[in-house]
Amino acid sequence: MSGATITTGEYIKHHLTNLTFGYQDGHWGFAHSAADIKEMGFWAIHVDSLLWSVALGGLFFLLFYTAAKRATAEVPGGLQNFVEWIVEFVDESVKGSFSAKNDLVAPLALTIFCWVFLMNLMDLIAVDWLPLLAGAVGESALGMDPHHVFFKVVPTTDPNITFGMALSVFYLMIYYSIKNKGLGGFLGEIAFQPFGKWGLPANLILEGISLISKPISLALRLFGNMYAGETIFILIAMMYGAGWVMGGFGGLLQLGWAIFHILIITLQAFIFMTLTIVYMEMAHNEH
Amino acid sequence: MNINATLIGQSIAFFLFVFFVMKYVWPPLMAALSERKKQIADGLAAAERGHHEHQLAEQRAKNVIREAHEEATEIISRAHQRASEVIDESKGKAQEEADRIIESGHSLVEQESNSAREHLRAEVSALTLMGVSQILQREVKESDHQQILVELGAKF
Repeated sequence: MSGATITTGEYIKHHLTNLTFGYQDGHWGFAHSAADIKEMGFWAIHVDSLLWSVALGGLFFLLFYTAAKRATAEVPGGLQNFVEWIVEFVDESVKGSFSAKNDLVAPLALTIFCWVFLMNLMDLIAVDWLPLLAGAVGESALGMDPHHVFFKVVPTTDPNITFGMALSVFYLMIYYSIKNKGLGGFLGEIAFQPFGKWGLPANLILEGISLISKPISLALRLFGNMYAGETIFILIAMMYGAGWVMGGFGGLLQLGWAIFHILIITLQAFIFMTLTIVYMEMAHNEH
Repeated sequence: MNINATLIGQSIAFFLFVFFVMKYVWPPLMAALSERKKQIADGLAAAERGHHEHQLAEQRAKNVIREAHEEATEIISRAHQRASEVIDESKGKAQEEADRIIESGHSLVEQESNSAREHLRAEVSALTLMGVSQILQREVKESDHQQILVELGAKF
């Protein structure tokens, strides 16, 4: 909620700024403003994004690891049932679009689907709760000004996170392309398709763009959807500060958008997974 | 929107998670799933087999019962036959026995009558002799006719 001491613009900005740890003015520390973050340059870390990302990934892994460790062929319990449901869903998706033999692809798809879903799910937690909590913790434990404690809880609204994953998929794609088709085969696909060897420059441009666009579209699609969703939640949250009528209307809007958002976050996780599978399939087969 | 080292951190975390999932999560779950699939398939096959065997056993039981019926009927008819045979046989035997008894009765009677006749004859001859001797006592001396009497007696 927008406090009395900050304006609407500041509120939005505050919500969309990451808690950044980096090197500035001769010492390591948290950034206090957007300008500080700019100054820190590349060698800085969004602590909040990475923290939530790793925590949610860890949650996913622990949940599935617990189920996997106790997995039996007997009648499954609740957790195992749930985990098997997801695993079978992912397995079906992988079998549907991936024809080659690679033990990495299915676990990769499972990790992406669950992890992205969990990170997106953070969007459904009311936008102010965790940042306010973080502000309070920062103020009491670290002696910081709560307005300077930035805290974004949805890792997928941070392009670093989405690009981190999309580029990782991209590396895997190139690695398996070269592994399966050879360096020559991989370069040949870029250089001699679709117009044959006399259309080499056109081929390079076309295939090069199509290659580069894969990780970019993968990352930006997820980021864009989540960032837009998050922004709308923030805008709705601002209505709570504008009287009872607007606040009530805002509550309805938030409920509606949250229900709609459940669909979006699942869909985005599914799209990320499916595209990853398709890209891996492309890396394994001539096309 | 700052691209910074978070990207690298996320990539590292990504590869680690994928690796861990590939190593510790996916294989046991898939093993459990395929194992259960196999168990279910086996169970269904066993049920099918059991059903089939049940049908066979029923068929076999029916056959056994039918055979037993046939055998029982045959045994009964044989028993009837045997019973009538036995009756006939014993009838014949009884007839023979009766014949034999009658026969032996006949011979016994004959024997008895013979001996009675013999006895009678002896008595008659004695009586005759007595009468004759009484009649002739006065006129004839016994000693004179002893010879004749003995010869007479021997003629019987």
